[in-house]
Amino acid sequence: MVEFLFIVFAVVAVGSAAGVVLARSPVGSLLFMVASLASVAALYVLLEAHFLAAIQVMVYAGAIMVLFLFVIMLLNLGHDYRRDLRLTLTALPLFALTGGIAALLILRFRGAEQAPIYRFFGGGDAIDAALAEQGAVGAIAHPLFTDYLVPFEITGILLLVAIVGAMALAKRHVDDPVPAPAPPAEPLAALDASAEEG
Amino acid sequence: MDLQPISGVPALIAQSAKVVAVFSVVMLVVAYTTLAERRVSAFIQDRLGPNRVGPFGLLQPIADGIKNIFKEETFPATASRFFFALGPMLTIMPAVVTIAVIPFAAPLPTPWGVVDMIVADVPIGILYILALSSVGVYGVVLGGWASNNKYAFLGGLRASAQMVSYEVALGLSLIAVLMLGGNVTLTEIVRQQQAMGLWFALPLSLAFILFVIAAFAETNRLPFDMPEAESELITGYHTEYSAMKFSMFMIGEYAHMLTASALMATLFFGGWDLPGSWDDAFWYQGQLIRGFDAAGVPIAAAPAVWKTLLTLGAFAFKTGFFLLLYIWIRWTLPRFRYDQVMQLGWKVMLPTALAYIVVVAGTVLVLDLVGVPYGFAFGLVLTLVSALCTGAFLFALDRGRIITGAAAVGEQKLLAARRRGGLELAPGSAAGAEIASAAVVDAGD
Amino acid sequence: MELDFSSQGHYLVAFVPELILTALGMLVLIAGVSRRLARDPERSFDIGWLALAGVLLAAFANGWMYGVHEVGTQAMIAVDRFRLFANWVLLGSAGLAVVMSMAYVDRQRLQAGEYYGLLLFSTVGMMVMAAARDLIVIFLGLELMSIAVYAMTALNRAERRSAEAGLKYFILGAFATGFFLYGIALVYGATGSTNIARIAVEVGSGSAQPALLALGVGLMLVGFAFKVGAVPFHMWTPDVYEGAPTPVTAFMSAGVKAAAFVAFLRVFTVAFDGVWDRWWTIVWWLAALSMVAANLLALAQLNVKRMLAYSSIAHAGYLLVAIVAANQAAAAGMLFYLLVYAVMNVGAFGIVLIVANQGEDRLLIEDYAGFGQQQPLLGVLLTIFLLSLAGFPGTGGFMGKIYLLQGAMGAHLVWLSVVLVLTTVVSYGYYLRLAWYMWMSEAPTPDVFHQVRAPISMRIALLAAAALILYLGVFPDAALEMARASVDALTAFGGSAAATP
Repeated sequence: MVEFLFIVFAVVAVGSAAGVVLARSPVGSLLFMVASLASVAALYVLLEAHFLAAIQVMVYAGAIMVLFLFVIMLLNLGHDYRRDLRLTLTALPLFALTGGIAALLILRFRGAEQAPIYRFFGGGDAIDAALAEQGAVGAIAHPLFTDYLVPFEITGILLLVAIVGAMALAKRHVDDPVPAPAPPAEPLAALDASAEEG
Repeated sequence: MDLQPISGVPALIAQSAKVVAVFSVVMLVVAYTTLAERRVSAFIQDRLGPNRVGPFGLLQPIADGIKNIFKEETFPATASRFFFALGPMLTIMPAVVTIAVIPFAAPLPTPWGVVDMIVADVPIGILYILALSSVGVYGVVLGGWASNNKYAFLGGLRASAQMVSYEVALGLSLIAVLMLGGNVTLTEIVRQQQAMGLWFALPLSLAFILFVIAAFAETNRLPFDMPEAESELITGYHTEYSAMKFSMFMIGEYAHMLTASALMATLFFGGWDLPGSWDDAFWYQGQLIRGFDAAGVPIAAAPAVWKTLLTLGAFAFKTGFFLLLYIWIRWTLPRFRYDQVMQLGWKVMLPTALAYIVVVAGTVLVLDLVGVPYGFAFGLVLTLVSALCTGAFLFALDRGRIITGAAAVGEQKLLAARRRGGLELAPGSAAGAEIASAAVVDAGD
Repeated sequence: MELDFSSQGHYLVAFVPELILTALGMLVLIAGVSRRLARDPERSFDIGWLALAGVLLAAFANGWMYGVHEVGTQAMIAVDRFRLFANWVLLGSAGLAVVMSMAYVDRQRLQAGEYYGLLLFSTVGMMVMAAARDLIVIFLGLELMSIAVYAMTALNRAERRSAEAGLKYFILGAFATGFFLYGIALVYGATGSTNIARIAVEVGSGSAQPALLALGVGLMLVGFAFKVGAVPFHMWTPDVYEGAPTPVTAFMSAGVKAAAFVAFLRVFTVAFDGVWDRWWTIVWWLAALSMVAANLLALAQLNVKRMLAYSSIAHAGYLLVAIVAANQAAAAGMLFYLLVYAVMNVGAFGIVLIVANQGEDRLLIEDYAGFGQQQPLLGVLLTIFLLSLAGFPGTGGFMGKIYLLQGAMGAHLVWLSVVLVLTTVVSYGYYLRLAWYMWMSEAPTPDVFHQVRAPISMRIALLAAAALILYLGVFPDAALEMARASVDALTAFGGSAAATP
């Protein structure tokens, strides 16, 4: 059952990811992307990462992509996208290249079961135990506020900077009522005037 | 009686029965909410409302449904057909499935085991609802955009901006609930309210108020029905829709209302809980128990069919009350201006919700440090603190500075001017009118 | 004071300089808003001084941190002298950049609160990168630094080139960050950890999955090469350096590069020490290409900012030599060079600011004609900075290159050393051409440089920078000893030592 569901959602995820590139209208691309994100959320559920699944849908599908939709609809109104979105032949070698890298990775992945990463995980039973003990949110929240506290706090500053930067750049009027200070003792007036004209 | 959870083939049958029953009831309630809306509006406006189809007009929704099925499906000539059809579907889907995680009655004992009265007790509970309702905005936006009509488009854009804005306040107002509930599943939140002996509407009164406001905005109901706003945008995003597609938008809107009402009842009014601890029942290590005695030994619960029915009635009553509140407010309050909606969302609700989280968290921390056990006394202290916060919030809102109609600001300035200058002018006199108009112009900027 | 990170409070201590800068950054933002709201402009003050106070406070805390020691090397944050030395470089470039910015921000009517706030936050990101001992933290520091700098690049709303540069930098930078993050993910898959110390253990014992590790290391290399602006990942550099407001360019060329190099060194010589023999050829080519291409291209530039951009690419090439060498002498040389480079580069950009009227006016090399004759003091200062950039004996730049060469010879990188020396000779061509215009060429009008906009604070800072460069050129021992002691903390360099004959 789980494997069958995995195959369904994996096919949908990959298929709609291809759809993002191939769709002819930007809104179509966007909806394909939402479908892809939602399928990945379903895969998270199959992996018992319920919280991650909910966050995936809430943040990516529900907030970020809505913002994208907003931007697509508001900007370029009446502009024909078709020409911008047409596939060109130069894209084919790039597709081939990324496909090749992916194939290489999959081929070389043999023996990855011995990779050290598998030593650190308890497997499905450990996840079940953690979920039963701490709940879906607690299992994430606990490491987040203990082991990964430093990255968590830095992320806070990062978000603040992103907001400040976006506001500073997006502000329509930069009205600083503070006038330029009086020129220094040196006679700068002529220089200033010529610079301002230029 | 055996208190084991139901399992095997009977569980599958019970599950299917619950799914079918809940879906049917949702559809039925949606249909009769539309009737209720029309009857209540008629009552408020001193009319009769639809009363010809069946006794008291009770068959009216069925007649409406049949009419809509047989109407012609129209497609605007220049609309994008695929997205145009997708819009209503995306609206109705999340609205109907979110109800699945809300517990609606005490567990039902059957000869094959105890059946939980919830369709799917997923571990992420409330997050599931938030996630799906955040997807709901696509239907509205796509419908508006695909119609290729400026009013519909404006409606869609307004809807997306409004829903994204108020989702933040909605989520933040929930944080306080989750801090007391300690878990995100709704069964656990109901259980914690039983354990406290107080419904969260009292200890978290400000969260409740914020949640109600945000839920009204999320469901695009008056006074937040900017996306539809028939006086400015015809009817906004569903201007171009007809027949069943239009019906689907309507069903989506009412199902959304139903979910929101059920959520208000569950999160803040104890869900299916009735006062007293005779109906408490929850799972603890595979056992259905009522609570713990002083020594920490579980006390077995005594589920009964009549308890299930009674609690189901309680849940239905609470939900119905909030549905009525929705309708009542729609026919009582005027619509906000768009900038007022945004200001309320970002400048009032968001900071208030954040500050309230800090207050609640601080209170809980202090109570934990002092050593007050989670229970009635704990709830009373929180009630007191929250009452202070709510009072401050309402006082700040009511001073006519943050959100109010332009006219009210003008009146207040007039009053202030009178008080200051000792002008004893009748409102009708020339000088008074001048001051009043100046004040109104002032308020406009 | 001992930190073992058993309690989360220890992280507060380990982060004191960063916390101070963050707090001051927020204060600066608030001050910016309240200044804009203030009805009485006369009572306002230049927010730059607040930012400078923040930098000085953080520097004070950084000095205090020398008394703090950590136990073990497992924590996400390193409290070692390597980080503290890097912090001196980063705080120094931030402080100099603040002083250089004041007149410009005022005259160009930039949004002062946002400008200085972003500058401080970006410095926090750099310091986090220098301190990080976990790939996640490095990534977050990188993002924090980059996003702030993207915004600062585009902050001059009156200039179209500024917006273009910001967009270009942002898109390419986001792309490079994607590479970097993907590299981190693959390294995590190969080794099971994002902690640099643990990765080093897994890589050293050979238990890491080789294919994943190779791809991961390669992708992280791309990310770092982009941030330091090494050829062939340098395409953004000239355009962004030219379009960005000049003080931002100065800050960016010094701080961003230093932070990226410090993190680069820590990741590659500590975590990936065990596979040195597999990545060093790639970095060798990056270094050689950067030195050759950038120095040749710089010869053809007419715009001073572009010329300095190519010069900064060339310096990235010199510094990459130290990463290829991956031994203690080279690492110490790199720290020393970063210090000198930050000071002399910001100094040079400071004079560019003055010549450009605290704006974007006179930026062509020809515009410098007669500058030295009419402003002898500033001319001498620029000459010192240029000579140091070129690596003239007696300046800090010369000593830095000597130490880099020492490190390279220690790793038997003969050809790379030859390339370094030869390209240095080439670089004299463009640095001295600017000096030649300044001193030997006649100004178009005799009074064009009679009045320049150079506040006294800026003059003092420039003088101090030049003095520091001369001091480091003549008496480099103290600083070098400090750098040597700082790289002791890395306790790595096994890979290259084992591989070199």
